[in-house]
Amino acid sequence: MTAARSIPVATRLPQVQEETGYPEHPPRMGFFTDTSVCIGCKACEVACKEWNLLPSDAPFELTGMSFDNTEQLSGSTWRHVAFIEQRKPVKAPDGAGDQGQGSGDQGSGDLRWLMASDVCKHCTDAACLDVCPTGSLFRTEFGTVVVQQDICNGCGYCVSACPYGVIDKREEDGRVFKCTLCYDRQVDGLTPACAKACPTESIQYGPVDELLQRAAARLQELRQDGVADARLYGHDPADGVRGNGAFFLLLDEPEVYGLPPAPKVTTRDLPSMWRHAAVAALTLACGIAAAFATARR
Amino acid sequence: MTEEFASYYNRRILKPPTWREVNIGGYLYLGGLAGASSVFAAGGQLTGRPALARVGKVAALAGITLSLVALVEDLGRPARFVNMLRTFKPTSPMNMGSWLLAAYAPLAGVSALCDLTGKLPLVGRAACYGAAVIGPAITTYTAVLVSDTAVPAWHEGHREMPFLFAGSATATAAGAALIATPRSENAPARRAAVLGAALELAAGRLMRRRIGMIAESYERGRAGSLLRAAEALALAGTAGALVAGRSRALALLSGAAFMAGSACLRLGVFSAGVASTEDPRYTVVPQRNRLSAASQDRDRQYA
Ligand code: SF4
Ligand code: SF4
Repeated sequence: MTAARSIPVATRLPQVQEETGYPEHPPRMGFFTDTSVCIGCKACEVACKEWNLLPSDAPFELTGMSFDNTEQLSGSTWRHVAFIEQRKPVKAPDGAGDQGQGSGDQGSGDLRWLMASDVCKHCTDAACLDVCPTGSLFRTEFGTVVVQQDICNGCGYCVSACPYGVIDKREEDGRVFKCTLCYDRQVDGLTPACAKACPTESIQYGPVDELLQRAAARLQELRQDGVADARLYGHDPADGVRGNGAFFLLLDEPEVYGLPPAPKVTTRDLPSMWRHAAVAALTLACGIAAAFATARR
Repeated sequence: MTEEFASYYNRRILKPPTWREVNIGGYLYLGGLAGASSVFAAGGQLTGRPALARVGKVAALAGITLSLVALVEDLGRPARFVNMLRTFKPTSPMNMGSWLLAAYAPLAGVSALCDLTGKLPLVGRAACYGAAVIGPAITTYTAVLVSDTAVPAWHEGHREMPFLFAGSATATAAGAALIATPRSENAPARRAAVLGAALELAAGRLMRRRIGMIAESYERGRAGSLLRAAEALALAGTAGALVAGRSRALALLSGAAFMAGSACLRLGVFSAGVASTEDPRYTVVPQRNRLSAASQDRDRQYA
């Protein structure tokens, strides 16, 4: 491989706490999940459930698709480890054979496993927060997005608004739940349970600007090693949600991991929606008025 | 346009709406019926058609009451409904809608009750005009409500959805008027019904043309059947309305067709939205197309 091109990565995410109106605040905190070192042990899933006292996802069923029997994030699962078994010829550009990257199985030609721990993205432009009619969802001083359980009335609007399919309703409870980035631990200066439990440092917690630098360096390193598929996801303040407080290093297209390739916060189009609705309302009023004006007795 | 796409074992990416179809589909329909009926009521009142005015007022009150019940019953914590009014939040159409309803429902109530009881006629007339001013917004804000989501079939249709809902609301309110008003007063309803149905059909067609492959979610399965029924009923209603001046029975049938068609339309739109969240194709393919269009733009720029 020729010398890896240097990959431009933004060095700063929007200071969302200032936009929210916090005069003083700690740095914006988040996760960098480096899936190239994930071993799929699910320690994060378990640690999250234990710390946050999340109920089980009954009934337990084997999906039969892979070692992933959790399937998706939900109101009672705030970390989800995806397992992808791929038949994909993964050759270095010089034809030297397997890349031997991360979780790949070096001995078996074109079979590789991808594992990735998914979580709420704590979007800079968070659709869930925008649409919440009660103000239950709010932006914390750490720049994260959290549900206030004593206010949520279970309207479910946030569920349909999230472009990542993260937040969900617990039917038996009636309210919605999602990752809080362990808000209760953060205020005591502790690392969130999942990052603490992760044995490979696939999940890294810290100020997002620092994490961005680490992510850029790791990407550079992998590209230099010939892992051409490596890419960052959710790190770009120019994307449809102005970047995520929780971003990822992936080894394939985002959709392979069940992530949307180009999500966009729905409220970006809201002014246009209101304009169209206003014109339509006028059309209705004029239409009915015209019907009266032209109707004979 | 590429149709091949990758996914995580073909699992959905988005969460389907937690809303129940009868409740929220019904809410969309009843809100439309109420809002447009208020406009008919004001028209009837203004042009001296008391029977038409009364039908509009009663339909508005019934529609808005039932729609509120449907909405509150759908909440995970119905007792906390009032939390919608603890803040004023323009980025949340549901919050704005709650304020609209809070302003509209009392007006619709006063207007209908004064008419039925004959008490406080001036207050009743004023409330009737007030409800008619807010009514059109009640019919189209629900389009913003569903479009302001990540649901592909709803969000991508956000330009046409308000017109679709306005047309459907006009047709159903006119339908109610056709059913319950004597022939001597139903001429405006006949005309408006035809206009409403035409708007509904045109907006629906335009939307499906513009949203590309996502239109399939409106054409297949349960949504497809409901929407085909809606179109057929709107056409049948229109045919009836054109000749309904001659017979009360025809007016009844035509009105019923409009109302049923509009209900099918709302339920069909609801189903299409749910279907579009359940298949990752509707999430991935349009986003991929958007990405490649953006990169082509960039290439052109630097070419
Ligand atoms: S990923 Fe979804 S739930 Fe998490 S902050 Fe973004 S919009 Fe909200
Ligand atoms: S379900 Fe709760 S958190 Fe979600 S939008 Fe409704 S009130 Fe807000």
